[in-house]
Amino acid sequence: MTTARLSTRAPGGGVGQAVRDGLIVMGRNLRRIPRIPELAIFAILQSIMFVLLFAFVFGGAIPLPGGGNYKEFLMPGIFAQTIAFASATTTIGITDDMTKGIIDRFRSLPMARSAVLTGRTLSDVIYNGGILIVLMLSGLVVGWTVRTGPVEFLAGVGLLLLFAFAMSWIGVWLGLSVPTVEVAQQVGFTVLFPITFVSNVFVPTQTLPDWLRPFAEWNPVSTLTAATRQLWGNPNPFAATGFPAEQPILLTLIWIAIILAIFVPLGVRRYRSISR
Amino acid sequence: MPETNAITAEGLVKVYKSRKSEVRALDGLDLIVEEGTVLGLLGPNGAGKTTTVRILATLLRPDAGRATVAGYDVVKEAQELRSVIGLSGQYAAVDENLTGRENLTMFGRLYQLPATEARKRADELLEQFELTDAANRTVKTYSGGMRRRLDLGSALIGRPRLLFLDEPTTGLDPRSRLGMWDVIRRLVREGVTLLLTTQYLEEADALAHTIAVVDHGKIIARGTADELKSQVGGERIEVVVRNSSDMGKAAQLLGDGHKLDEHTRRITIPSNGGAQRLVQLVRDLDEASIPIDDIGLRRPTLDDVFLSLTGHAAEQVPVTEEDRLTAQRAAGRTPA
Repeated sequence: MTTARLSTRAPGGGVGQAVRDGLIVMGRNLRRIPRIPELAIFAILQSIMFVLLFAFVFGGAIPLPGGGNYKEFLMPGIFAQTIAFASATTTIGITDDMTKGIIDRFRSLPMARSAVLTGRTLSDVIYNGGILIVLMLSGLVVGWTVRTGPVEFLAGVGLLLLFAFAMSWIGVWLGLSVPTVEVAQQVGFTVLFPITFVSNVFVPTQTLPDWLRPFAEWNPVSTLTAATRQLWGNPNPFAATGFPAEQPILLTLIWIAIILAIFVPLGVRRYRSISR
Repeated sequence: MPETNAITAEGLVKVYKSRKSEVRALDGLDLIVEEGTVLGLLGPNGAGKTTTVRILATLLRPDAGRATVAGYDVVKEAQELRSVIGLSGQYAAVDENLTGRENLTMFGRLYQLPATEARKRADELLEQFELTDAANRTVKTYSGGMRRRLDLGSALIGRPRLLFLDEPTTGLDPRSRLGMWDVIRRLVREGVTLLLTTQYLEEADALAHTIAVVDHGKIIARGTADELKSQVGGERIEVVVRNSSDMGKAAQLLGDGHKLDEHTRRITIPSNGGAQRLVQLVRDLDEASIPIDDIGLRRPTLDDVFLSLTGHAAEQVPVTEEDRLTAQRAAGRTPA
């Protein structure tokens, strides 16, 4: 056929376009946050509730091996727990987009295919960063403090945000795999509760039965918690010597790499397969 | 200008598989749309209209067959194709938590327009679709008609040469629908090639140069509205008698080939003589003292076309997204 092609502009392409389009979608997601303030408000309230609940209700009943302030011990755990739940934010956001017509609009535009997913995970990192700031402020109020310098403090924050980014990609995959927001929520909480509770977040792992302890120590939420406790000079009692106890920062980075290596390709492939 | 085809589709097949069933939404659909023309894809719910549009607009891959749009293969050259088409569906594909202006600007940027041009184009479209006053309100606060206009505006952001409109007026009130028709006519005057799907027969009649009737995933007829109508037969004379007891007598006067509908007291007969035959018939009925409620020369409507082609009437029920999906999945079911 000899039909003249109607192209008026090059569709661009390449990394530059992927970054630009990703940032445009990120901007759109961020713009939505203050328009649905209930979401952010309840996410913050829920986290503050956890701080108060564990600091004042259980705090007195849970002694730390080797002593130390429980609230100072608790806060890095609360941060890690909140960040782990970051995947739920992403899942809900992605599922919401997928069930609305807007995803068809995005897919009919000559934009980078990756932009919907990268835009979502990037905006969720910023969103969770904001919640982290509120949490840290409320932590300071109940008696948490950073005993090291600003470099260590920022390193800890960076680790938390990197972990948030990795967890968001699990959320992407989950969001693309379930039919509705409700199902996404159920699946998310079913997986996240054991991961965050069978950990060193609220209790020292010494108190756990022997068969459960390895899971709690190798669990990425635990290694992240231990890493930030170590970085910030907060109480960090670990049950035994071993790799997770000695190298929590390295192990956390390894976890982040593993999660990204698995879930970025899975998420991207899921997204591509929508058209089949 | 040489005649070229903006859209060519050959033997498109799409099968929706679920655990329980397999539905052939498209079953060897062929389609040609010439450049600068409007094709109305007419069919009931679940006939395969939306599936066709989604394949041609690169949202869905066909299981078999091939299609080129604006010279691009819809599967192999999907990304290039996306920069010359616009798509507006029956469910406004805009972000309801952004304002009208934010939506348009974002889509413009993602259409790869430079930021300043995207903003300028957004303002133009807001003006054109009478949304300037609502430009800075979130779409949540828009009426159905406003959302639909914004959605159409979003499809036009990159000045596409080829536009797909999937049931652009489904669910709109009559006034908004007429407004939408005006907008669509204006676009066509500007030279946009348009593929329009509709389950409203009068809409296809009003907007499309050519109508393709689709049923069970296949094109079952194609032509201008007039050609399709003449396919069903020419003019008819219809008489509605006042008393059902007169029906037999009146039918005799009308002669061979009449059709009776006892319920509505309506008698129909193909008319060869046209108006002259009608005048004669009025005299005959008067002479026989048969009171009548109505008499007239009728041209077949597209409803008649549909009925005679498919054996079932076209549905005209506004549908929800769930209905669409259910209907799509049920598209393979055969009519009673």
